[in-house]
Parts: sequence; structure tokens; C-alpha cells
Amino acid sequence: MNRAIANRKVASRLGWNALGLLVFAIMIFPVYWMVSTAFKEGQNILSDTPQFFPTPATLSNFDDAIHREYFWDVVKNSLIIVTVVVAVSLVIGFLAALALAKFRFYGRGLFIIVILGVQMIPLNALIIPLYIQLSRAGLTNELSGVIITYLTFVLPFTVWTLRGFMLGIPRDLEEAAMVDGSTRFGAFVRILLPLIAPGLVATSIFAFVVAWNEFLIAYVFLNDPEKQTLNVWLAGFTTMRGTDWGPLMAAATLTALPPLIFFLLIHRRIGFGLTAGAVRG
Amino acid sequence: MSQAPGGEAGFPAMTATAAGSQIRRRRRSLGASAFRAFSPYLLLAPAALIVIAVLGYPLYFLTRLSFEQFGLAELITRKGTWVGLDNYSRIFHDHQFWTVLLRTVIFTAVTVGLTMVFGTLIALLLVKLGRFMRLLLTSGLVLVWATPVLVAVNIFRWMVDYEFGVLNWTLTKLHLGDFLNKDWFADPKTGFVVISACVIWGAIPFVAITIYAGLSQVPAELVEAAEIDGARRWQVFKDITFPLLLPIFVILTSLSIIWDFQVFNQVWLMRGSEPEEDYWIMSVYSFVEAFKLGEYGFGAAIAVVMVCTLFLATFVYLRQMVRMGEAR
Repeated sequence: MNRAIANRKVASRLGWNALGLLVFAIMIFPVYWMVSTAFKEGQNILSDTPQFFPTPATLSNFDDAIHREYFWDVVKNSLIIVTVVVAVSLVIGFLAALALAKFRFYGRGLFIIVILGVQMIPLNALIIPLYIQLSRAGLTNELSGVIITYLTFVLPFTVWTLRGFMLGIPRDLEEAAMVDGSTRFGAFVRILLPLIAPGLVATSIFAFVVAWNEFLIAYVFLNDPEKQTLNVWLAGFTTMRGTDWGPLMAAATLTALPPLIFFLLIHRRIGFGLTAGAVRG
Repeated sequence: MSQAPGGEAGFPAMTATAAGSQIRRRRRSLGASAFRAFSPYLLLAPAALIVIAVLGYPLYFLTRLSFEQFGLAELITRKGTWVGLDNYSRIFHDHQFWTVLLRTVIFTAVTVGLTMVFGTLIALLLVKLGRFMRLLLTSGLVLVWATPVLVAVNIFRWMVDYEFGVLNWTLTKLHLGDFLNKDWFADPKTGFVVISACVIWGAIPFVAITIYAGLSQVPAELVEAAEIDGARRWQVFKDITFPLLLPIFVILTSLSIIWDFQVFNQVWLMRGSEPEEDYWIMSVYSFVEAFKLGEYGFGAAIAVVMVCTLFLATFVYLRQMVRMGEAR
């Protein structure tokens, strides 16, 4: 009797796992197809019966991709943009979150509403005024224009998430540190900072991914080929000389790699951070 | 705002020891109280400045533009001509606008609906999985999540390539019909199937992982009690899990509406940066009018209509958000 129930449990667990494997395979397939195409030889890419495993594997597509014009320029641009956006958004977002979480002041509620409301505005709708403004300020074709715009994409989420983490810190902790003779700054560095470290990591990943993946702003604002970002460069791949799927997939693989590495490092904390901000209150 | 400004009274649960230390701190910070009153504003200033400069002003500028005749000539002279509601009346008399709006609404409804359904199903599945399978599936979801939109678009274009695409081959092998050399983009209907698939595929991970995080907070005793009382799986979901997770569902649905209503990249890039009119959705329509035809004023008016439609569509979410802002 007991064994029958146990057997049924095992069977149902097996069934669910099989379903899980199927879902995994379907979701992952496009990414697998990109990577495997990237490693295939030309004639195996263009074959009537698709080749599901890249044999013989070759690196020539990658070689082709990184030796295309402007590749290193656009990689450098993307890295500069991402680094500045992450660093600046963390500092500014941290300060604002500190104000919202640890102080009561006039206008606080309004600012919180603004922060939340901002996420409602489709940024694609703002590209027209932003473009005209930046062209007047002479900031089109400059990385700084793109960086400022990305900061605005990122800041509301950063402020909101960090605020959530700060609210989670018991006040007693800070005060205990201060009673122990430590200054406010000392208490801050030794107690607050380590506790919100996961929040800082999560928000920096968010900033990284937004800045790395954005296309439209960079596409409109940056005109010169050597000023563009990796994404815009990738979009131009097709029009250069028909579609060259092998090198394109190799370039796409390279583009997808950095955010992936960052994501895999901390994705659990992202999930937590988002719900923490969402459910609270 | 429910709290008096400046006071510490807003923190309710004060223990005796905390109250004691508060007295001590008050004495210490007497001299610094003026600084303390200003410091939150100092801390907020940089963030506020950026938000105002890159969001507040452009929003105002967008609205003003929508009432102006602003073309390429005005871009150089830097001055638009006030034309009142002309742009708007032009939009509402433009039969193309209504077609585009309807297309965008249907597109949004389908993609958001399917994203939420699949996301929820995958989240429920994650709960049932063994530890290893769960880790595998979450990693897969994260991999998809991390894939840049542009990369995803190129993959999907490659998979549906009419000559060597893996999709046509697979569908034919599965005897679902003759798909050899089928050009999915020849007909906008099948074209939008591909575009939607690309959007949904990219959107599922965020929804699934967030709902799963919410599910793991639902007390197991509640579900067990209901099961002992003879509730079916569907009833458990409908009467226990769903109501508990309702705030998460509202937020996710609203965010998805916001994201899918303004989809641009997938359409633009799938069609090689020159989408045919049958593929225009709101953001593409506005973009083409402004940047391809140089009608910045008209494009701005379309964008304003787009923002207003979104506000209407996500009213519930907004209200909840405002409440959250007030609660703290």
C-alpha cells in the first residue's frame, strides 16, 4: 500500500521532470541554434537538411566577425557606456535611496510617485524630443548623450530596489553601532554597506543589461560607424552584403556573452530584489 | 502624504531600547539638525536632476511639439509654429492611424496574454520539479533572459529563413504541411506570428521567475489544507495561490503591457530597418513619421496618443503604485 503511493509519487515526479526537460529544450533551442550555427562551416549552414550538431566545428565565423570593420571600436564604445552607466547609476541611485529610506522630508511621497510613474512612460515615445534636445546641445554622435539617456532608464529601478534593501535593515542595528562609539559614517560603512551589497549587485546587473542591450537610442543618436555600439553594428550586419548567417551568429554569440556571464552570477538575487520591491507595502 | 514631514514619528515599532537610544541621539544631533533637514534634498538632487532633465523636460517638449508644425526646416531654425490641434485632428482622420492602433492593441493583448499564461505555467512547473531539473530550467530561463533583443531577432530571422531555416524543415518533417521555402514575412499575419514568438520568448523568463519567487512564499500548509479538504489542483490555484499572488500578477501584467505596447526593435529589425506599412505598430508609425519623413510634430502627437492610451490601459497598476507611494 505504502509502496504503491511511493511509486506513484516517483512516477509523477518523473513525469514533471520530463515535462521540465521538454520546456527547457524548447526555451533554450534558439540560443543553441545560434551557437551551433556560429561554429558550423559555410556549406553546412546552408544545407537543405539542417545540421543539428556542428561537425566539423570551426572558428572561422568568429574570426570573420571580429575582423570586420569597426568591431573593436564598437566593443570599446559599448564597454565605456556600460561602465559609466553602471558606476554613475549606483552612486546617484544609492544616495537617492538613502534619502528615501532613512529620512522623512517634505516632498518624499511625491518623489516616490514620480519614481514609480516614470516606469510608465514608454521611452520610445520620448526619442523625438530627446533627439531634438541633444542635437541642439551638440550631443548627438557623442557617447555622453547616450549615457545620460540610459541613466534615466536605469535610475528609477535602482533607487526603488536599493530603497527596498535599506528598509529591510533593522534600525536597531545602526543604532547599536553608533552606541558603540562609532560615527554615523562608520556605522554606515560597516553595517549598512555589507547588508545592501546584494542590492548593489542586483542593480548594477540591471544597469549593465539595460545599457548593453539597448538599441533604439544608440541607433538614432550615434551616426558615425566608429561611434556606434555593438548592437547597432550588429544591426548593420545584414545590409552590408546580404545575410551572412555564420559570421552574424558568431557576432551575436559574442554580443550575448557579457550580459549572460553577469546574469548567471547573480540571477537569484535579481528575482528576490524585484519581488522585494514589488510586494512590500 | 500621510506622515508629517521631518518627524521620526513615522517609524511605528519602537522598542524601549530603541527609544532610549533615540533620546541619546537627539542630544548629539542637536547641532546637526539643520544639516539633517537639508541632507535628504542634497542626497536626492543628482537623481532628481537627471530625471527632470532627461524625462521631465522632454515630456513637456513632446507635448509642445505635438501642437506644432515642426519639420526638418524647423529643426534648423529651432522654432516650431503653433498649429493648435491640427496634428491631432490629422491623426484621428487618418484611417492608417486606426488600423495601426487596432493592430498594436491586438498585438499587445496576444503577446501579454500568452506571456502571462506561459510564464505562470512554467512557474507552477518549477515548483513541481526536482532540485536538479529546477536548477537546469531556471538556468535556461536566465540564459534566454540575458539574450539581447537584437541577438534574439537575428536568431529568429535565421530560424525562419525561407530557404535554410530550421523551422520550415522541422514543420515539414512533422507533417504539419508543406513549409518548404515558405516565406513567413510575405504575409503580415504569419510575419506577426514570428515577431510575437520572439517577443514572448524573451518576456517569459522574467514573468516565470518572478511568479515562481512569489509562489515559494505561499504557505505550504494552506495548499495542503485545501488538498486535504478535497480541492482540485485548479481550485487550489484559483482560490488560494492566485488571490495571494494577485499584486504580483497585476504588476507583471501592467509592466508587460507597457513593454509590449511600445515594442519597436523586434518589428524594425525583423523587417531589415524598413518595415512595410502592414507591419507598422504605434512606435514604428511614430518613428517613421518623425525620423524618416521629418514630421517631428506629427510624430510627437502620435507618441502622445500612445502614452495616453497606455495610461488608460494600466490605470489599475498606477493606482496601486500611488497607494504604495503613500503607504510609506
